[in-house]
Amino acid sequence: MLRQTEAARSPVFAKEIIIEPVTRIEGRAKIGITLDDTGSAARVRFHMTSMRGFEKFLVGRPAEEAPGILACISGVCPLQRHLAANQAVEGCFGTKVPPAGRLLRELSQVLAHIGSKTLHFFFLAGPDYLVDSNRYARNIFGIVGQDPELAKRVMQTRYRAQMMLEKLAGRCIQPDAIVPGGFSRPMSCLERDELYAGALEQLEFAGFAVEFAKERVFPRLETELMRLGDIESGFLAMVNTEDGSLSLSDGALRLMRPDGSFHEFWGREYSDFLGEHVEPWSYSKFHYAQGWGEGFSMDLDNPLGIYRTNSLARINVADCISTPLAQAEFVEFRSRFGRPAQSTMLYHRARLIELLHCCEKAVELLEDPRITADHVRNEAVPREGRGVGCVESPRGTLIHDYSTDKDGFITRANLIVGTSHNLAPINMSVTRAARDLIRNGEVTEQVLNRIEMAVRAYNP
Amino acid sequence: MALLNTEGGSLGLLDKFEILHMPMLMDHKYFGLPYNSCEIDIPKAEVGLISGGITDEMRLRIAEKMRRQCSVIVALGTCAAYGGIPASIDSFEDEELFGGSRRGAEETDSETNSVLDVPKFLGRTFALDEKIDVDITLPGCPPHPDRIAAVLESVINRKSLDWPLKAVCDSCPAKREGKGGVHKIRRFVKNARYQVNKPLSEMRCLLEQGFLCMGPVTLAGCAGTGGGLPRCIEARVPCRGCHGPVRKGGNQLLDILNALASNGIDTKDLAGRFLPHLFCGARAGLAGRRSVRTAPEF
Repeated sequence: MLRQTEAARSPVFAKEIIIEPVTRIEGRAKIGITLDDTGSAARVRFHMTSMRGFEKFLVGRPAEEAPGILACISGVCPLQRHLAANQAVEGCFGTKVPPAGRLLRELSQVLAHIGSKTLHFFFLAGPDYLVDSNRYARNIFGIVGQDPELAKRVMQTRYRAQMMLEKLAGRCIQPDAIVPGGFSRPMSCLERDELYAGALEQLEFAGFAVEFAKERVFPRLETELMRLGDIESGFLAMVNTEDGSLSLSDGALRLMRPDGSFHEFWGREYSDFLGEHVEPWSYSKFHYAQGWGEGFSMDLDNPLGIYRTNSLARINVADCISTPLAQAEFVEFRSRFGRPAQSTMLYHRARLIELLHCCEKAVELLEDPRITADHVRNEAVPREGRGVGCVESPRGTLIHDYSTDKDGFITRANLIVGTSHNLAPINMSVTRAARDLIRNGEVTEQVLNRIEMAVRAYNP
Repeated sequence: MALLNTEGGSLGLLDKFEILHMPMLMDHKYFGLPYNSCEIDIPKAEVGLISGGITDEMRLRIAEKMRRQCSVIVALGTCAAYGGIPASIDSFEDEELFGGSRRGAEETDSETNSVLDVPKFLGRTFALDEKIDVDITLPGCPPHPDRIAAVLESVINRKSLDWPLKAVCDSCPAKREGKGGVHKIRRFVKNARYQVNKPLSEMRCLLEQGFLCMGPVTLAGCAGTGGGLPRCIEARVPCRGCHGPVRKGGNQLLDILNALASNGIDTKDLAGRFLPHLFCGARAGLAGRRSVRTAPEF
């Protein structure tokens, strides 16, 4: 809403701008911009307007119920919450997962990423680059009108990816088949064959998506828009401990400074390295790298403790990617953009590299004969303990930290969702974008959409 | 999001419907263009789908505007229908939930609340029909895409929906042999007993195996309109009750306690269990409950 304040001086333009809702993201958010007397963005705030506060009500519950509860709190990243919660419970109970259970879980994880990344690139962010800038056409329906064959392929391929996940994990939104100790049921050979055919189709589509983006999206994105929402930060993501390769489900956390140096730690040590900062104008807390010992500041000229998660972070911190096609793209990315690559717009390219990797991984997992083994779950024996589950969600590193009493009831819980790591960086990116784009109080719909594009890159 | 998972990726729906406002996919903003209105702007439409419970002032304003602008309002999903899991935090005070965070911005315009603020929370989570008139309630977490499509078709064809009020048990083919052997509810810490690669009809009822399955007190139909199997149970996991009570106004907690007690199953351990009222906490009778945990015996 544009409104003149009581104290306006030379009010030739409006002083407050609201972008609400921030559209074409999965979460709920708004941006508030205050202009100064020169018509420049003086204060910019990005708010996630959904607040959950679920840690409290987990306390006192049987720990094995937590995954089913947490899967249902939102339609955003439900499978990853479900998986991280199970890992945390297993940590508390000291439960190991049998090999087939691990494979089924990892397959669920990559299938969930595939659906999310396809959704984001084509449905959410893609219209900014693929259709006319008219806001009425700047959406997936505009793509349907402009390029119906592309739209049809995208929508149907994503639908089939979702149905693969539904077949495997019980449902594609709010899954239930991942359980403490493993998976709720084994995969039959028939199911494996059906999913394998589907995985090959998804892989072909991912290859198409990468080439499509290189031809139609990245040339503009990585030139005229390269500096949109530009900030400098560190990066946090999970890596495979054996070879430092990109990992989505199992590994150590690697926290990289802006200069490229990094430190690795296990998920259960997260509180030694990650701190929380509170702002009075936000329900959500801002995470920062307290392990760097420099404090917290979102000052664009002197950021302190700021790190990012999600696709760009995972590409930056990894030493390599274990699957060949994605690895080739990774090598090209690294050679062109360095390490760590800072441009916010590079989230899109990083996300498609991950899409390719996830599809390759799905094929690889389904080729593993162990995935159809009967033994998919070990009994979880409730006991006193502490467990920390870490997985990489499409939005960033997800951390679930529980403690249980001798009967296996939760006594303490702390959850860090993927987007909350990125709250400070997103605030900085929209501040950068607003300061760069708003001059002399001139605010157009296209300018404001550009500011939103700085948010969409993060896929909050 | 469930709308995008209709058959073929929602392409079929686009042949029949024009979507005018959907923040996840389209750029329509609440406060006009170029953002110069205090009134929420939502276009007129035949059908309005509203998901989520009413938790804050902004959601309430949006719901009220949708009611004024839409001929038919659909409460989409269990959160809109019954409050859902978010209602569970109603048991706690703000300070317990948010810690050092404040509710709303510290800076406020002296004459009006600054619109730069985050929205103020209401006293508790409300089901949609506690705040506006609702024409169709479609529970589910989320509702199956088939059912969403069926609701939309029913509106344009001016036909009422005829979904029988059945419990999940009525659509579950698991074997029933009698609950006489169950005296206490077991925790779901190991898988149910079933034969690998055999159909669900050869697995014994999960409740009869001693697990807390909410099937008897949960509305059937979570698998869509094609008569599919209950989704959790098909995955060999006890029903968690996300489709809400069989009849509107039903109380899943009381209903399951009655069902278990009538079969001679000890229910005192369930007093502290969360599952029975997980999804329907918005109703005044369930808001503000505090959990009382008792340790189960194995």
